[in-house]
Amino acid sequence: MADTGIGASVRRKEDFRFLTGRGTYTDDINRPNQAHAYFLRSPHAHAKIKSIDVAAAKKAPGVVSILTGADIVADKVGSLICGWVVKDKQGNPHKAPAHPPLAKDTVRYVGDHVAVVIAETLPQARDAAELIKVDYQVLPAVVDPARALDPGAAQVHAEAPKNLCYDWEIGDKAATEAAFKSAHHVTKLDLINNRLIPNAMEPRAAIGEYDPAYESYTCYSTSQNPHVLRLILCAFVLGVPEHKMRVVAPDVGGGFGSKIYCYAEETVCTWAARKVGRPVKWTAERGESFLSDAHGRDHVTHAELAMDKDGKFLGLKVDTIANMGSYLSTFATCVPTYLYATLLAGQYTTPAIYCEVKAVFTTTAPVDAYRGAGRPEAAYLIERLVETAARELKIDPAELRRRNFIKPHQFPYQTPVALQYDSGNYERTLDEALKLIDYKGFPARKAESAKRGKLRGIGLSAYVEACGIAPSAVVGSLGAGVGLWESGHIRFDPTGSVRIFTGSHSHGQGHETTNAQIVSDLLGVPIDKIEVVHGDTDRVPFGMGTYGSRSAAVGGSAIFKAADKIIAKGKKIAAHLLEAAEQDIEHAHGVFKVKGTDKQKTIGEIAFAAYVPHNYPAGLEPGLDETAFYDPANFTYPAGVHIGEVEIDRDTGVVTVVNWAAVDDFGTVINPMVVEGQVHGGIAQGIGQALLENAVYDKETGQLLTGSFMDYCMPRADDLPSFKIGMTHTPCPHNPLGVKGCGEAGAIAAPPALMNAVTDALGVRHMEMPASPARVWQVLQKTAKAAE
Amino acid sequence: MHDFHYHRASSLADALKALAAAKDGRLLAGGMTLLPTVKQRLASPSDLVDLAGLTELRGIRAENGGLGVGAMTTHAEVAHSPDVRKTIPVLAALAESIGDPQVRNRGTIGGSIANNDPAADYPAAVLGLDATVVTNKRKIKADDFFKGLFETALGEDEIVTAVHFPRPEKAAYVKFPSPASRYALVGVLVAKTAGGVRVAVTGAGACVFRVKEMEEALAKSFTADAVKGIKIPSKGLNSDLHGGADYRAHLISVLAGRAVTACG
Ligand SMILES: Cc1cc2nc3c(=O)[nH]c(=O)nc-3n(C[C@H](O)[C@H](O)[C@H](O)COP(=O)(O)OP(=O)(O)OC[C@H]3O[C@@H](n4cnc5c(N)ncnc54)[C@H](O)[C@@H]3O)c2cc1C
Repeated sequence: MADTGIGASVRRKEDFRFLTGRGTYTDDINRPNQAHAYFLRSPHAHAKIKSIDVAAAKKAPGVVSILTGADIVADKVGSLICGWVVKDKQGNPHKAPAHPPLAKDTVRYVGDHVAVVIAETLPQARDAAELIKVDYQVLPAVVDPARALDPGAAQVHAEAPKNLCYDWEIGDKAATEAAFKSAHHVTKLDLINNRLIPNAMEPRAAIGEYDPAYESYTCYSTSQNPHVLRLILCAFVLGVPEHKMRVVAPDVGGGFGSKIYCYAEETVCTWAARKVGRPVKWTAERGESFLSDAHGRDHVTHAELAMDKDGKFLGLKVDTIANMGSYLSTFATCVPTYLYATLLAGQYTTPAIYCEVKAVFTTTAPVDAYRGAGRPEAAYLIERLVETAARELKIDPAELRRRNFIKPHQFPYQTPVALQYDSGNYERTLDEALKLIDYKGFPARKAESAKRGKLRGIGLSAYVEACGIAPSAVVGSLGAGVGLWESGHIRFDPTGSVRIFTGSHSHGQGHETTNAQIVSDLLGVPIDKIEVVHGDTDRVPFGMGTYGSRSAAVGGSAIFKAADKIIAKGKKIAAHLLEAAEQDIEHAHGVFKVKGTDKQKTIGEIAFAAYVPHNYPAGLEPGLDETAFYDPANFTYPAGVHIGEVEIDRDTGVVTVVNWAAVDDFGTVINPMVVEGQVHGGIAQGIGQALLENAVYDKETGQLLTGSFMDYCMPRADDLPSFKIGMTHTPCPHNPLGVKGCGEAGAIAAPPALMNAVTDALGVRHMEMPASPARVWQVLQKTAKAAE
Repeated sequence: MHDFHYHRASSLADALKALAAAKDGRLLAGGMTLLPTVKQRLASPSDLVDLAGLTELRGIRAENGGLGVGAMTTHAEVAHSPDVRKTIPVLAALAESIGDPQVRNRGTIGGSIANNDPAADYPAAVLGLDATVVTNKRKIKADDFFKGLFETALGEDEIVTAVHFPRPEKAAYVKFPSPASRYALVGVLVAKTAGGVRVAVTGAGACVFRVKEMEEALAKSFTADAVKGIKIPSKGLNSDLHGGADYRAHLISVLAGRAVTACG
């Protein structure tokens, strides 16, 4: 079984379809009689809408309908919701201003939705949109989270005085203060976690459809979690019973978090489909993706680390301002709180931690989870701080980390910020990474670079993250509006082929292969006889979707549990067919054997017997078709060490990443090739954040200055070195597969490793991301001046 | 995009006729600049006159020791041409540095210089190599062709038919790509030509320009050290998210030095 089972680098089943252009993405779907939607978007960051005149536009050729905020109000369409209630220091829920799918009287970011034009063709819709006259009274913009709380700052929502969404805290303040009093040394750092635009390769798209015969809706959408989208659309926004709504998320070309949320566009298309009596289709242009996909990160932080004379960490104090953007996106509030501050222990035994987070509104696009979601912000802060501390104390950065690591015997380890780490061996990943990069050889490499006139630097990052979100009761107690279990359903056909139905969703991760490998391994079915079905609420049991590296840990575990049920039933059938007692049947990889004999039945024979039950146990239900729901017992805690090495051209400031070692502990690995792919992509995104990417709004006008690939710099293949990838395996002790999750690790680990390397090369304490050539050159100018 | 009339010209005369008859006509070459602009509705020409059918505007010919490059010759054709690689290798290398394979397979030299994007590469070659732009009406020396931001000496009824490049004694182009767009943040072409040393800079200003001070210094001593020390004033240079005017000014000196070194 090993060739297609757990642990095998099986070639991705889905790749032939994708690579030969045979995927079916939302935009590939066309419904009979469909009309096309074009959204008229706000050209201003902040303005009152004094009036909208659609009279001329309505008469334009091909126009079917034009809808505005007034129609939203008239139809009592609800507000887009934020599904996670964060309580502030006083225990009050966060401020949750209304987020209408089409603006009522105020627009709050460039790209905000003013009206939708539905026409026979998209060009007609666009032409008509040009005829809509909107009278705006432009208001001041505020884009920088650090300025949002200023007394004179523009007010984004009347319901949120001073633009404050919440002022939240975690940890023991008094204990932390005491730790700082007793400290031998305190390292302080101010840092910005730069704002990013996700830029999935496939832009968002939606088709809404209404069938009056059944009074039911279908929404095709580029969603990472179709069931949650259905739940939100039905229960909160459109007021439709759930059984009257089908959400289909077909092939989806990347999400990185940006496709988790319920956006205005799919809401409007679904609502409008019934109003106009026709399917309504919308596909974002790239420019719309830049403006209106939920952005990521955007933190401004002050942090302090207290240490004793040996460099043992005593306490950590963190003060963060997090940008929520103009409205709260679906999970915005939990990102800079429960997905961020709970990770502040990192891999270390820091006994006292206190963190305050102020979430603020600004006149920018909504900000929500983006690959890593809170954990990259935490890892960046901790690992920049630890590296800086090592330099200040003149202790080797690897050694300082080692002194403070949680040791293998300390697991399960309760951190001072709520999480209980389940397992890990941090020193081992560090040792492996140091070996992989040849840490000892660095001085020689640095000297060699210097000979060529280049500055060379090395930087470490030892990260831990929390994946597989998470026990439903726990997230519920923290404010989540949903449970975070997952469903798995295994259906055998009479001839032994299998379909796996999963509530998780693949949009690039390779689930069609890895989920099939689980079943291939457990039930001995050849992988080409297994199909994975996901992304359709009418075909798949309710599920929570894919984000937070949860699909294997939670979704895979549900499939494992369903396989358990298949095996249990299979034993009953085998016992009957083999005329043995049920307890004498042993099962391994799809073979049911009478203990100590060579009498056996294969899973194929069992399946056939279950569907053609001519000779069958009395009282047993026919069929071989089992569903399991799995609620995780804890988060999982992947961890690892990445080490980056850079060379800097003094004359131009160009940073070249010349060497990269990544050693990750993802527990059990189902498909090493797929995992390596996830790590590669994650590192590319992390290096992207640190070196290239930056979303910039104009401070005065609130215009998005990086609104296209001309100015927003994505990482390209030639920006990256060949990665050296290593793995250690400490299986997760609380899920049946032992998996931890790997989807976000690279994006979490890479930025601090890279910035530690850059600052090491430059010999400076800190510089903000991205370390673009012009910025690095400025730093070089400053250090040259200082040296004079 | 808005609706427009499409003409596939069968001859230069036909193209000119269609252009003259149009309310707001534009020539279409590779479309790599024009079509995105039209799609985004930043331009709404009434007519597009496609030059793709004019085989006489395409191809590379040996001319007076140099090369004549037809206006409709694509960047890829220039980059891969054995003649260009042999006679004026810097031109092939420069063409290879433009955009990506798709852009190089569509974009043309005529379109590039007629457009005169301040960050485009070809203007540095045309100016730095002392080329002559040939149109349906006249021959325009490079020094007279590039007029300002997206501005050239071309009249409304003028079509670039070819560019004539004399063969330089030596030449090199060093491009510092803008990290996002990979157009030239700064690009410097240094050439030793029959008429003297020329240093042409693109990306840094509103329009490609020559640096006389560097040319004079290099005429005296064709070494990297001769230009490295020459500081370019940052006043009037471009400034954007990817580099301020001071950075661009600095890069001109650095890249000029590197180009001289690359000349060998
Ligand atoms: C993704 C991308 C990356 C790019 N990167 C670079 C880069 O790194 N460096 C660079 O230099 N360029 C770059 N470009 C631009 C590219 O080189 C274009 O090919 C060029 O700017 C225009 O050439 P074209 O043939 O496509 O002209 P078109 O887009 O068809 O036309 C451009 C303009 O020139 C006019 N015109 C065209 N031909 C003639 C003619 N014969 N006579 C008179 N007027 C004419 C047209 O009317 C139009 O106004 C890039 C473009 C893209 C899309």
